[in-house]
Amino acid sequence: MSNIYKAFENGKAFIGFVTGGDPSIEKTEEFILEMARAGADLVEIGIPFSDPIAEGPVIQRANVRALNALTTLEKIFSLVEGLRCKIETPLVFLSYLNPVFNYGYDAFFKRCQDTGVDGIIVPDLPFEEQGELRDIALAHNVDIISLIAPTSEDRIRSIAQAASGFLYLVSSLGVTGVRGEFKADIAGMVSSVRAATKLPLAVGFGIHTPAQATEMAKLADGVIVGSAIVKIIEEHGESATPYIYEYVKQMKEAVCEK
Amino acid sequence: MKNGRFGDYGGQYIPETLMNELSNLEKAYNYYKNDNAFCAELDELLRNYAGRPSRLYYAAKMTAALGGAKVYLKREDLNHTGSHKINNVLGQTLLAKKMGKTRVIAETGAGQHGVAAATAAALLGLECEIFMGKEDTERQSLNVYRMRLLGAKVNAVTSGTQTLKDAVNETMREWVSRVHDTHYVLGSVMGPHPFPMIVRDFQSVIGREAREQFLEREGKLPTAVLACVGGGSNAIGIFYHFIPDASVKLIGCEAAGLGIDTNKHAATIARGRVGVFHGMKSYFCQNDEGQIAPVYSISAGLDYPGIGPEHAYLHDTGRAEYVAITDEEAVSAFEYLARTEGIISAIESAHAVSYARVLAPKLSTDESIIVCLSGRGDKDVAAIARYRGELIDE
Repeated sequence: MSNIYKAFENGKAFIGFVTGGDPSIEKTEEFILEMARAGADLVEIGIPFSDPIAEGPVIQRANVRALNALTTLEKIFSLVEGLRCKIETPLVFLSYLNPVFNYGYDAFFKRCQDTGVDGIIVPDLPFEEQGELRDIALAHNVDIISLIAPTSEDRIRSIAQAASGFLYLVSSLGVTGVRGEFKADIAGMVSSVRAATKLPLAVGFGIHTPAQATEMAKLADGVIVGSAIVKIIEEHGESATPYIYEYVKQMKEAVCEK
Repeated sequence: MKNGRFGDYGGQYIPETLMNELSNLEKAYNYYKNDNAFCAELDELLRNYAGRPSRLYYAAKMTAALGGAKVYLKREDLNHTGSHKINNVLGQTLLAKKMGKTRVIAETGAGQHGVAAATAAALLGLECEIFMGKEDTERQSLNVYRMRLLGAKVNAVTSGTQTLKDAVNETMREWVSRVHDTHYVLGSVMGPHPFPMIVRDFQSVIGREAREQFLEREGKLPTAVLACVGGGSNAIGIFYHFIPDASVKLIGCEAAGLGIDTNKHAATIARGRVGVFHGMKSYFCQNDEGQIAPVYSISAGLDYPGIGPEHAYLHDTGRAEYVAITDEEAVSAFEYLARTEGIISAIESAHAVSYARVLAPKLSTDESIIVCLSGRGDKDVAAIARYRGELIDE
């Protein structure tokens, strides 16, 4: 078991996302430290990929910026290593499968364990394909975080029962990015997941306002915000740190609102 | 094939949102492929709308000029819409309609698949949107207008390298956003299972016909079957029914662009490594970090960094071999076929013609080879003129 459960011990969890190396590895470290200081309970670090098929335009552009800054997997592992000297906040990678496959599953998860990565979310690795790395990941104490989508329906049970860490509930159809409204029956999805597992569950995709965060936190154990934070980085670049702090603080308060 | 895999290749590496849809697609396909009414309807379309069976033409002048094996051309270029792509889109679009879909989306590189998808959608009364790399919309503007004439909306994709792989990315993003009423008519033997199987089955009509036509004419099997390979749909289409014929060499011709020793090529088998992308495990052109590499070919249809999983399997098992053909060789073959046989082929297909020029002279005159002429070349004329330093209006 990884440290992910600790993210859900401090009231409802706020989970923030940044793309590693956007706009530079040094800045990513600063942003993550600031998110933790502002109350983020878990941070997702995106490993940049040339073809992020599940991302909307905002995170696509962050991937381009990070790759243009010559971000490598090795640099991201060093980033985690550095962070681990400073904070205990659970850290989770978000990566498409190919960079992980290319690194080699054994080497990758060993490096995760050595540096202090608690879990990994792989958007292009559905339940059926997890077999090839599940045992390796668990042997290194790294949780594979499974996603549940509005179209998962009868699949929810098997996904939830085999899950570890937490469950990532995708709030809507489509790619990542801010949304005005959520059409999917999130309450229904939540109760199907609850019936199958005691693991915590967090809702993500499209959430950006405090009001949305409060609403989602009433249903789930945590709220995940990606594009809205990446957008702050896109707008303010290297000077984004105080804006990220303010935003995360406000969102953490919103998820904890009764 | 087992569990959607060809050996270790294939699989379903795709966002969770699409998993139930892929499962519905597989169920629907497995039902309708054995449904007599569906098969009869598709057969009628293939015959009287698309113009099948396509001809197997004995290229006597080319044969004489090369002075070796007899060269036969499987004339997919004579199909309605001008390429083999129609075989797959009629099947998939009809299937989508049976599944109750009202809208189809598709990626396209050269525009041949986009034109075919727009055609089938017009015929069967479905809404249609095509995603095409912006760079490709510029080098294939005639096909863009053709798709619009057929009632499709064409979206120019500006992300990434603005070519075929980015068009696939964007079509997948669109499908994830609107999956209930929409079917993704994937254009090649790639993507997540069941697409490589479905597209192969619909394209295998090419080889089934070619094998029968050849046996009837020559009373024996050919020495080799050649086809160009991007994702690999025309190649698997003509290879498939020859796979059990162990004596028949299967040769795929991929795009070497400016040369496989440069960084401007799309030679996935020659220069790629095993990876996972676009829903499948297969060979991909990628860098040391596992980032998908920008690829290049004069041919928009072969300008793709991956190859279908069944080809990866045929390569590993040695059942098929893959050779790389440069832009210069392909253009030269394009011009050669026009002069020698009076056929202007697609620049994609010219990659296979090019290798026929190498192979035929090495074989004896009582042997034969079949080249899949996957498409016609009207769309390429302006680009070839540009390549030769001449500017013409399209």
